[in-house]
Amino acid sequence: MSATTPSKLQKMIASGNFAVTSEVGPPRSADGEVIEKKGNLIKDYVDAINVTDNQTSVCRVCSLACCIRLKLMGLEPVLQMVTRDRNRIALQSDILGAASFGIHNMLCLTGDHQHFGDHAKCANVFDLDSVQLIQTVRMMRDEGKLLGGHEFEVRPQMFIGAAANPFAGPNVAMRASRLAKKVAAGVQFVQTQCIYNMDTFKEFMKILVDRGLHEKVSVLAGITPMKNVGMAKYMQKRVPGIDVPDEVVRRIGGVPKEKQAEEGINLAVEQIEELKGVEGVRGFHIMAIEWEEKVPEIVERTGLYPRPNIDAG
Amino acid sequence: MIKAVPKPLEEVLDLVKDFNKLLIAGCDGCVTVCEAGGLKEAKVLASALRLYFTQEGRQAQVDETSLTRQCEKEYLAQLSDKMDTYDAVVSLACGVGVQYLAEMYNNKIVYPGVDTCFMGVNEERGVYSERCQACGRCILAETGGVCPIARCSKRMLNGPCGGSDKGKCEISKDIPCGWELIYERLKTLGQLDRFEKPVDPKDWATSRDGGPRKIVREDLRI
Repeated sequence: MSATTPSKLQKMIASGNFAVTSEVGPPRSADGEVIEKKGNLIKDYVDAINVTDNQTSVCRVCSLACCIRLKLMGLEPVLQMVTRDRNRIALQSDILGAASFGIHNMLCLTGDHQHFGDHAKCANVFDLDSVQLIQTVRMMRDEGKLLGGHEFEVRPQMFIGAAANPFAGPNVAMRASRLAKKVAAGVQFVQTQCIYNMDTFKEFMKILVDRGLHEKVSVLAGITPMKNVGMAKYMQKRVPGIDVPDEVVRRIGGVPKEKQAEEGINLAVEQIEELKGVEGVRGFHIMAIEWEEKVPEIVERTGLYPRPNIDAG
Repeated sequence: MIKAVPKPLEEVLDLVKDFNKLLIAGCDGCVTVCEAGGLKEAKVLASALRLYFTQEGRQAQVDETSLTRQCEKEYLAQLSDKMDTYDAVVSLACGVGVQYLAEMYNNKIVYPGVDTCFMGVNEERGVYSERCQACGRCILAETGGVCPIARCSKRMLNGPCGGSDKGKCEISKDIPCGWELIYERLKTLGQLDRFEKPVDPKDWATSRDGGPRKIVREDLRI
């Protein structure tokens, strides 16, 4: 059985309503207000806000500091942690630090290789991988124990999340097996890679449902609206692990330039409506990359607003 | 075996251009197999250096030799008679050989002539790829005979990550995803059940993280 935590996100999922999460990316400077502004843009439209951890290996304000800032604003952060940059001492230390501020959601990731980022010459760490990070948080929470064996009283109450990518193909069965491994490690919710290939996603979900995995892990479907046809082409050709079918590129490119953003939002809205009917989908993770101001419109147009009032405990 | 590549001639020249008597010392071991530092490569480098000195109008002596292995004292000792006659030595052995040579001839300048790269296989002549990172505790029995530490760019013990694409690693289309290889091999062997079992955090103390390593085999010592 999955542990119950004070997480508002966990309560929302347990209530049977579709959960809605979104994410904000920290700035590449010491500007602390960026996250506040982004958080304020979306706070009434989502149940929890992910803060990315040096995404695409580009150095930014740390996820933990931004999560604390959101928490102090009364919002519900999801602390993203990658294992690329920190060893098990640093990771566990940050988990304890986050918990000490009442942060109750984590997303356990391995992280992009530094090859992609702005410090390609750096050493990487990868002391743990995402599955082992899940195991570690679960042990800290359920056994009050660190990997080194130290036992402690005040435990981090973390709702444990991870990513799932059905599209890093072509083997969908292997991708479902990988999620099964995360479930065995203790993951409670996953946010998927952004979905453009609906057929592959449905095939993935069917495997989860057939195996009963959808009852052990809550799947939040990943949605990223396309801003223009350039973005669609870039994601199709350049971003590893994302599957953008040609018809998506044709659709966005098939309208005049000034209408492409609107078409991208329309597509995202249609995707959410279709995904509501896919068995095992428990909510949506809307990743509007540097386009956070569009999250409210997507949430409103899909009937997911206002957010149900769930006691955060 | 250990794989290495010759250093660019300009880099070696920059190191040795001020000396008058040089020895180029190849090694008959691994670096001979990958054609980076055997007798043949020692002769080629010595010729290139002689040509350089001639063009510069310099009277410099450049000799070449190759030892059976530079990672063993008994072979290094074969140089003891003539070592005093040289100003410096360029060792074409791997980093192990260069260091052992320098250790044995403490007052002699010893420079590396190759860049030591990894432990790997000969895919074909001139094409070598990594297979092992000497982590000190082999897990190949659990991973279908494919090492995730050497062959996954993130050394994941529970891969694959979400970045692999059509069986290739996210960092290069030329690198196969190590975890796709593991998955396929486990499938072939009928051992896919291993794939879904989480592997606990690894004890890296037997790897580089535990500090410089040493093996003492009492059963072998005389």
